Amino acid sequence: MHELGIVFYIIRDVKKAAEENGVEHVNAVVMNIGEVSTIVPDYLMDCWRWAADKEDLLRGCELRFNILPAVTFCEDCHQEYPTVEHGRTCPYCGSEKTYLLKGNEVEIKEIEV
Amino acid sequence: MDPVKVIEIKKSVFEDNDKDACLLRKELKDKGVYLLNLMSSPGSGKTTTLIRVINLLRDKIGIAVMEADIDSDVDAIKIKEATGIQSIQLHTGGMCHLDAEMTRQGLDNVDLKGLDLVVLENVGNLVCPAEFDTGACRNAMILSVPEGHDKPLKYPLMFSVCDLVIVNKIDVLPYFDFDLEKCTEYVHMRNPRAQVIPICAKTGEGVEKVAEWLLTEVKNWKNK
Ligand SMILES: Nc1nc2c(ncn2[C@@H]2O[C@H](COP(=O)(O)OP(=O)(O)O)[C@@H](O)[C@H]2O)c(=O)[nH]1
Ligand SMILES: [Mg+2]
Ligand SMILES: [Zn+2]
Ligand SMILES: [Zn+2]
Repeated sequence: MHELGIVFYIIRDVKKAAEENGVEHVNAVVMNIGEVSTIVPDYLMDCWRWAADKEDLLRGCELRFNILPAVTFCEDCHQEYPTVEHGRTCPYCGSEKTYLLKGNEVEIKEIEV
Repeated sequence: MDPVKVIEIKKSVFEDNDKDACLLRKELKDKGVYLLNLMSSPGSGKTTTLIRVINLLRDKIGIAVMEADIDSDVDAIKIKEATGIQSIQLHTGGMCHLDAEMTRQGLDNVDLKGLDLVVLENVGNLVCPAEFDTGACRNAMILSVPEGHDKPLKYPLMFSVCDLVIVNKIDVLPYFDFDLEKCTEYVHMRNPRAQVIPICAKTGEGVEKVAEWLLTEVKNWKNK
């Protein structure tokens, strides 16, 4: 939904990192994206192409993703289970007292220069 | 060609915004101004509710509104005409949310002299605004009866970041199978501290409870 906003954040962070490392051109940006982060990778890619090509530093720069699995923890039976498959209800004990352990990451893992 | 060099970054894209937001909150604290971030789906009744609440509070405290819901001045003008308070339109350029930087730019255009409370009417959307800390002291949201009582299950993040959930349009309860008790239960699953206040912004029913909540919040913010 807010892929364009995210793309501007990525560009800002990458620019900063490039400056700190004296880099003149970035060839690829690698992201870690959680399964339930609400980011739509295709849409992020479209926004990326549009915005990145406006920057000398990022012209033609590729954007790649690692999709990280989402894991939920059950407070009642203390087990972990895959979020996407089972949602908020624990598949072991049926409890709804559960919370997301990981899977909503939107982070820049590394850049290739 | 040069061999590929990899520079590790390992940084959440939200990190800088979260820092900006904390800084803004601190500045607001120093100035004694309370900023409320009000969110909802489009049409849930943010503007109508605000007008009611402001008219109950404007003789007690200094209030201003920043409108970000849509890129036209309609709501900002409506609020100014209905309440007489300072009200500005933020232009989001089609963005689906506001972040701390945009909020700060908005505040730069507000005359803070004599103000105790600024309300930010965020972009109408239950997903994106919840992910971006605006720097507000508290988040509140409005859920209207026609949207259904299961929204806290469908939009968990929104309900986990809000300390006040206003259930609006209770005048149409007879026509919908909206279960207020279930709704409250679902809200508390996402945030046990959240207050749920049912209102009808159209008639003003229940709005005084929202005004009371806000007044207490503003007082606590200034005293602590
Ligand atoms: N029936 C009913 N309609 C309402 C109520 N509050 C707002 N509305 C209507 O809902 C529509 C959207 O309200 P508005 O305040 O503009 O929503 P916003 O987009 O969230 O700012 C308008 O037509 C209002 O008149 C209410 O309590 N009951
Ligand atoms: Mg509005
Ligand atoms: Zn969005
Ligand atoms: Zn369990």
